[in-house]
Amino acid sequence: MFFLDSIWLIPVFPLIGAVIMLFFGRRLDPQNAHGHDGHGHGEHHDPPGKKLISFICPGMVLLSFIFSAGAIFELRSVEGHSHEVVKFTWLAGLKTATSSGALVDFTADWGYLLDPLSSVMILVVTGVGFLIHVYSIGYMAHDGGYYRFFGYLNLFIFFMLTLVLANNYLLLFVGWEGVGLCSYLLIGFYFHRKSASNAANKAFLVNRIGDAAFVLGMLLMFTTLGTVTFTEIGPALEAGGIQAETAGFGVLSVMTLLLFIGAAGKSAQLPLYVWLPDAMEGPTPVSALIHAATMVTAGVYMVARSSAIYVLTPQTMTIVAVVGALTAIFAATIGLVQHDIKRVLAYSTVSQLGYMFLACGVGAFWVGIFHLYTHAFFKALLFLGSGSVIHAVGGEQDMRKMGALRHKIPTTFRTMLIGAIAIAGMPGLAGFFSKDEILWQVWSTHHPGLWILGFITAGFTAFYMFRLIYLTFFGNDRVDPGVHVHESPRTMTIPLIALAVLSIFGGWVATPAAFADIGLYVTAFEHYLEPAVAMPTALGAGEHHGTGMEWLLMAASVGLALAGIFLAKSMFDRTREGDAMQKRLGSGLHRLLYNKYFVDEIYDTLFVNGFAKGGGAACSNFDARVIDGGVNGAGWLTRLSSNVTIWWDTWIVDGSIRLMAFSIKCASYPIRMLQTGMVQNYAFFLVAGVLVILTYYLFP
Amino acid sequence: MKEHILSIVWLTPLVGMFILLLLPKENKQLIRIVANLAAFAGFLVSLPLVFWFDNSIADYQFVERVSWIPALGVEYYLGIDGISLLLIMLTTVVGFLSILSSWTAIEERVKEYYAFFLFLQAGMLGVFMALDLFLFYVFWEIMLVPMYFIIGIWGHARRLYAAIKFFLYTLAGSVLMLLAMLALYFKHAEQFGVYTFAIEDLMRTQVPLDMQIWLFWGFFIAFAIKVPMFPLHTWLPDAHTEAPTAGSVILAGVLLKMGLYGLVRFSIPLLPEAASDATTVQIIAVLSIIAIVYGALVSLMQKNWKKLIAYSSVSHLGFCTLGIIALNPNGIAGGILQGLNHGLSTPLLFLVIGIVYEQRHALEIADYGGLANRMPIYTTIFLISILASMGMPGLNGFIGEFTILRGAFERDVTWAAFAVLGIVLGAAYLLWLFQRTMLGPMTNPKNEILRDLNLREICVMAPLVLWCFWIGLYPKQHFAVLEKPVARIVERVDPEYYSRNGIPNPLTDGVRVASLVQD
Repeated sequence: MFFLDSIWLIPVFPLIGAVIMLFFGRRLDPQNAHGHDGHGHGEHHDPPGKKLISFICPGMVLLSFIFSAGAIFELRSVEGHSHEVVKFTWLAGLKTATSSGALVDFTADWGYLLDPLSSVMILVVTGVGFLIHVYSIGYMAHDGGYYRFFGYLNLFIFFMLTLVLANNYLLLFVGWEGVGLCSYLLIGFYFHRKSASNAANKAFLVNRIGDAAFVLGMLLMFTTLGTVTFTEIGPALEAGGIQAETAGFGVLSVMTLLLFIGAAGKSAQLPLYVWLPDAMEGPTPVSALIHAATMVTAGVYMVARSSAIYVLTPQTMTIVAVVGALTAIFAATIGLVQHDIKRVLAYSTVSQLGYMFLACGVGAFWVGIFHLYTHAFFKALLFLGSGSVIHAVGGEQDMRKMGALRHKIPTTFRTMLIGAIAIAGMPGLAGFFSKDEILWQVWSTHHPGLWILGFITAGFTAFYMFRLIYLTFFGNDRVDPGVHVHESPRTMTIPLIALAVLSIFGGWVATPAAFADIGLYVTAFEHYLEPAVAMPTALGAGEHHGTGMEWLLMAASVGLALAGIFLAKSMFDRTREGDAMQKRLGSGLHRLLYNKYFVDEIYDTLFVNGFAKGGGAACSNFDARVIDGGVNGAGWLTRLSSNVTIWWDTWIVDGSIRLMAFSIKCASYPIRMLQTGMVQNYAFFLVAGVLVILTYYLFP
Repeated sequence: MKEHILSIVWLTPLVGMFILLLLPKENKQLIRIVANLAAFAGFLVSLPLVFWFDNSIADYQFVERVSWIPALGVEYYLGIDGISLLLIMLTTVVGFLSILSSWTAIEERVKEYYAFFLFLQAGMLGVFMALDLFLFYVFWEIMLVPMYFIIGIWGHARRLYAAIKFFLYTLAGSVLMLLAMLALYFKHAEQFGVYTFAIEDLMRTQVPLDMQIWLFWGFFIAFAIKVPMFPLHTWLPDAHTEAPTAGSVILAGVLLKMGLYGLVRFSIPLLPEAASDATTVQIIAVLSIIAIVYGALVSLMQKNWKKLIAYSSVSHLGFCTLGIIALNPNGIAGGILQGLNHGLSTPLLFLVIGIVYEQRHALEIADYGGLANRMPIYTTIFLISILASMGMPGLNGFIGEFTILRGAFERDVTWAAFAVLGIVLGAAYLLWLFQRTMLGPMTNPKNEILRDLNLREICVMAPLVLWCFWIGLYPKQHFAVLEKPVARIVERVDPEYYSRNGIPNPLTDGVRVASLVQD
């Protein structure tokens, strides 16, 4: 079992790449080491060092992919489909008694766990990651800081693989924070732009709120269950005889809720989604890799990873489902009106992540992961495609300044069209299977309200995505005439084609139960994940309803998506002024949506200016005026009293002494007059005295 | 050698100081070389401690005990346990690095400068070794003098104000400590008929609870000023801001740790009932939580780079005191470890400032911006120190914070719930600082003169960075060293702790934490 025992190497490869870039990158690519934003197209000859970078960094990810594939192949024959490799005990603590009275060691290993769930994740991370690395060779060719970009990207892959391969929550948290750091560095890649560094800070800080809850959740988990190791959680739940908390909001519910807050931060759910749209300040491959395909799905992964606990806490599950559904529709409505091509995709990502949580919330964890997996393909494709468009039109991101690009950049157009069809849910493509399965699971678990939200969102999704397609590739040419529009190099188009293929066929690993009627019912994905993920919703839930209902709902959502597409076509196909949304929606609603319901402004007022800056100013004033004022006041009083003492000492104490001396001096003055020190005077007094005495005695 | 190792460790810098005093003051280069050699020798002689130290012994090690002033029962009594060991190693490392960092920064009165630093080094080491309360007090007071002069002579514009404030604040605390010390001394003599300052003898004294509480606060205030805890912290921002770089480094790295050390070595074990009194615990915990949030919020608003870091120390040390006052093994071990972590990451942050200050003579954050464009190595090290400071997993701060949170959580869930606010705010002020100084375009033409780190500067920072990673990635040795001394403190304040929770006592059961002896 060579590959299985080497799973710890999977994250190590990209780490090696990152370390090489950190220490030698500048020597390999000495030219303009500092970020330069823009897409020049002049003739250029890559120095050999730069070629080496283009070889090492994607190569490392490819190695990880090969080792992942090998390990996953070997895993098939392993009993229980799970394999752990522990390198060393990372954090060990004293024995602690848990709330159930059991005595446990607190340990968190630097250990890796490969099971079906992590298998899916590492394939997505290394597979899509590799394609995006290749794409970046072309995309970043003209940007400064080439080595820095690839170094960060490799470092990201390292942390992401640590996150999904960790065998315990604490090591997962290492990856969790690590990907956050890389996201910070890459959003702020063009760090000389203020908007970029602002976005980077925002992303990190909003995530930290979630992280704080995550840490508390882990502490609570440890004190309740006595372990944070994934494989020990199930047995601990059993051993503790822990029952589902159906009645009220117990310890487990608090725990899962805290974990979910962490997930909501990382996966950009309400109310912590605000960082993701701003994160589009980063280079487009970053948006594709981190902010669409991998990192932002970490929250979904973590919830699925904790599914054994979640199924015991129906209250939290409801919260997860509701938050997911609300996020899905909320973000989709904002996405309807954005002008920036990447922002449309960003809100679409938030919305799709909402779908994933909706699935988890109704207990269909495997469907959440399924959508995560298909979404990675078509959303990475759409982002990379948008990057290709931006590259073609000289860095412009505003769709009002695009249009009629379909013949000029045909490969980009065709692949993006496939991505759009896939996400819109057209039958046969990847997005159709996963989204339809989510809606079906929501319906069949008796959540009609949530189903309606998801259903409407599906219509919005088709609409905003085809609005994007029509504004970009159809209509009249609104590109700045000075720009020479050109198709991207092959390093960029080949990944697009590969992802397009995956977006078409990737969904055929799990088809709707109703497809049994036409002999195409595939349950491979569901069965594959069964050992790793809780499956509270029975296989083939459709049996209870018959397949008729399922066909009906499927037809309805496909019909709605088609309606959305045709509406988009009618509005934007021949559009002249660039965007007809404002006219249709009315300026009030349009402004509300375009400004994202003013959530950023509200948060700024409440938290940034209110709590942080207001509280900071209040505390600073308190510190300077009250505390330090008191200290300086005490100092002043001391000096005052010492001045008084000095005065007292000088004028009263010393004064009275001197007064005494003075009075003696005064009294002695006449006498002193006599003491002149002149011998003649003394002789005179002597003679005079003698004369006086003589006179007294001689003349009585 | 082995039986006098502690004396050798603290006397080496002192010997270096005397050699320095014999040199001609005009020859600055020679003075620098000798001072650095002396400090490095100080580090080298402390290294055997690490190898000879035995984790399995609960008692003090390398003990030296000679009568000093027999009439008063004062002894020259040295000895260390795991807590002291970590802090001594921190002192010899950070002390040497701060001296190395001053090579080009100090041009005035070079001889006096290094002499004071070596003297300070000796005093600090003595503080962490003394087991006689009187001897401790002597070391504690004596190291005030060199620090006072370091701030007062080589500091920035308001150096005299800061130096005097630092001195008086500490002295005010010391007076209370002296009173408490003497009260305990006489109480002990009254009960046993022997006059002694040795702490294990004083621990045997039976002190009624009300008197314990008085004495506890006497000690506590002295140490709380040094930590510094809210609301006794305002000397720190001034001292940090005005001190020369190496002064801030040693102040943040070592001096503040003396407050924590005093708490765990004296306040708590000497007066266990007062320390575990519910009201005392609540007061200290609330003050710690206020410090965490308050320090962070004030940091957020600072315009002066050094002051920002100074207030961040208030916030970080709030975590440490919160852990310690949880009075359980995780809390205390985490509190001490986080003290060590702070002693690594905050010196790094001050060194980073020192490098640009030396070239630009400006401390306002607004004077900088966009430095990443010119100084990539510098930016990288700054980022690592920031990440260490704000508790990024994989670096040391996370291990400390997490262990403290475990202790706090065990004691009272609400403590942990409030303390995590510090995690969020910590990232806020540090990242904002990073953004304002390093990122963005380089707008100020004066910054064009800045150069990236040279080899000496990299050598100053690298050991600290490596130690940060060591604790972050493989903290086991540090916890192993702390296990027994922490258990002794827990035994003192809560003798039932281990039996009540059914946890094997590392002191009596002869078992060590299983996971610590594995592999």
